[in-house]
Order: sequence, then C-alpha cells, then structure tokens
Amino acid sequence: MDDSHELKSSFSRRHFLELIGLGAIGVTAAGSIVLSGEYLSPNVVKEAPMRFKIGSPETFPPGSVTLDKDHKVFIVRAKEGYFYALSAVCTHLGCIANWKADDGIVACPCHGSKFDREGRVIDGPAPRPLQRFSMSLDDLGQLVVDRSVVVGEETVLKV
Amino acid sequence: MRAFLKELTRSQVWRSIFRHGLPLSNRTRAEAVFYNFFLHLHPTKVRKRSIKYTYTWGLGGLSAGLFIVLVLTGALLMLYYRPSVQQAYNDMKDLQFVVSSGQFLRNMHRWGAHAMVAIVFLHMMRVFYTGSYRPPKEFNWVVGVVLFVISILLSYTGYLLPWDQLAYWGISVGTNMVRAVPFGIGENISFVLLGGHAVGENALVRFYVLHCFILPVSAVLFMGIHFWRVRKDGGV
Repeated sequence: MDDSHELKSSFSRRHFLELIGLGAIGVTAAGSIVLSGEYLSPNVVKEAPMRFKIGSPETFPPGSVTLDKDHKVFIVRAKEGYFYALSAVCTHLGCIANWKADDGIVACPCHGSKFDREGRVIDGPAPRPLQRFSMSLDDLGQLVVDRSVVVGEETVLKV
Repeated sequence: MRAFLKELTRSQVWRSIFRHGLPLSNRTRAEAVFYNFFLHLHPTKVRKRSIKYTYTWGLGGLSAGLFIVLVLTGALLMLYYRPSVQQAYNDMKDLQFVVSSGQFLRNMHRWGAHAMVAIVFLHMMRVFYTGSYRPPKEFNWVVGVVLFVISILLSYTGYLLPWDQLAYWGISVGTNMVRAVPFGIGENISFVLLGGHAVGENALVRFYVLHCFILPVSAVLFMGIHFWRVRKDGGV
C-alpha cells in the first residue's frame, strides 16, 4: 500500500519524459515564431539613403523651393540666402506634398493639408508642421541633407 | 439513345462514381444528399421557415458564389500579371487592351470584389436583424466576423496591385494609419507589412502574396468551419 502511494505522488518517469517532450515542442514553437518574425522583417532595404548630396548652393536661386522626389525633401532657399530642408512627407497620412509656386504654399493632394514655406500648418487635417532636416556643407562645398537628424524650426544653414 | 443510356448507367465506370440507383424513396433521397460531396454542404433536413427566400435573401450563398468567381478570375489574371514595379502597371494595361477577354476578366474580378464586400456586409446585417447570432450559434457569428475582416483585407491588398496613383497613395495612407498604433508597435507592423519604410517593390510582392495565397487560403479554412456549423445548426 505504502509503495503504490509513493509511486503516485513521486515524480514519475512518464511525467518526466512528458515534460521533456512538451518542453522540446515549446522551445521549437517559440523559436519558429521568433525566426518567422525575423524573416518577415527585412535586414536590408533598397531605399533612398538617409544622408545624401544635393549639389552646390549656386544651383538653388534665393527664394526657391525645390522638391527632391527621390528623397522626399524640399530644399528651400530663403530670399536672404540661407538654406533649410523640409520633409515633403505630409504629417497627416504620409502622402508627398507639392510646392505651389503661384500660392506660395506646400499643399498635399490626398486630404488637402496646406503648409507655408516654413513648414507650418495653415489648413487641413495635418496635426504637426513638416519636419526640418539637418543640412550641412561637405569639404567640396556641396550641400548635404541628413534625414535621420530632425532639427528645430529655427535651424538654418547659412552659406 | 435509351439503350445507350441504359448501357452507360450499367457500366463499371458509372457505377463506380454513382454507387446507387435513382433515389426513389424519401430515405434514398436523403441519402443522395448525405453521400454527395457537393450536396453534403446542405443539411439533410431544413425547416420550412429557413428556406423562405426573404428570410436569408440567399446572401451567404451569394458571398460564397462570388468567392468562387473571384478565385477563378483571379487565377486567370495571375497568368498575365507580374508583381514588380517595372511590370505591374503595364501588365494591368495589357490585360485591359491586349489580352483577349482580359478586360472582361479583370472587370469581373473588380466588380465581383466590390459586390462581395457589399454582399458580405448585407449578409452580416441580415444575420443581425434575424437574431441568428444568438446562442447556440454565437461562435459562428465570430467566425463570420473573421471572414468579413478577411474579405476587407482581400479587397485592400488587391487595391495595390494595379500599381497606379490611386493604388500607391491608397496603400501609403492605409499603412500610415497603422503607424498610429502606439509604443512603436505601429511602426513595426507597417515595416513588416511593407517590407520597408515606404510603399515599394517589397510592399508590392508582399501584398501580392497576401492577396493571392495567404488570405484566400485562410478564407477557405474559415469558410469550411462557417459552413460546417451552419449545416449542423440546420441552416440552408
């Protein structure tokens, strides 16, 4: 009697093997979920670089707004001659906004958001002003924009 | 002719396919439904009330029928459509103007898709208004909601494939909505969905695979469960 009671309550061989089996299935399942997740998230994306050259300052006349479609950036040169780079990605739902030279505004075709040439919201559903990216000159005097660095609204590049 | 038919129905081939004669009694008629692959979707017995057309409006059957139309036309469209940025739009235009019956098949697929979303929605409303979601059928309502979501996702993923301006910006806007999910989860979902930070080649291929394989296969699975439970509950 005592023996059988002991067998029931003790950690049996069957129970031990069951745990090993279930553990192996669990580890495999967890691993396959993690690996599938990693597989679905690409490590290399062939997209336009975050930091790129856009040419020498002379190619942008003062008072001009130029859209770089590949990098989705407006290169703005103020009448006073300084530069800043505005994101062309609308802060509402990510469409590419256009510069309307006649009205002197940036307008998004998707839902009608409007921004001034400083990137501030004038009209429409956009919740935030357009992002301003870091601009600099490289050793050869070429303008460089870095989209990975967002700068404040007052930041400009004087040349 | 009569002799030929008699000879045919007595042949080994015929009798291997139809393993019984004409159903002449109620029992054998019921069995004919029971043992036939296509008819076994129906229950052997239904209430008179539930086969009244104005009770169901045939909306579930219409949805299933549209799904079949969409699978068949979709499979044919796949023969000419290549999901790459260089080719997608031109292949779509070729289907419209160069391929024989291409315009017809494409429009069938397009209008069928619009109709399916509408009919599935009407089906949902009918089930709601007749109270057919109530216990013991409440889980089949849940399966139905899953099927509704799959229908919407199929419609949405198909929207990108023509690779025109409407498609491109439609998907840009949609995936930017996903980004609104807080704690950086939205950015991750959007990145995995698009295979990048913006709609491009990866996004096109991903939406194509979702549209042509993953979503239809899941739809078929859930449709199987849905129909099985409808049948068990004595629906049409």
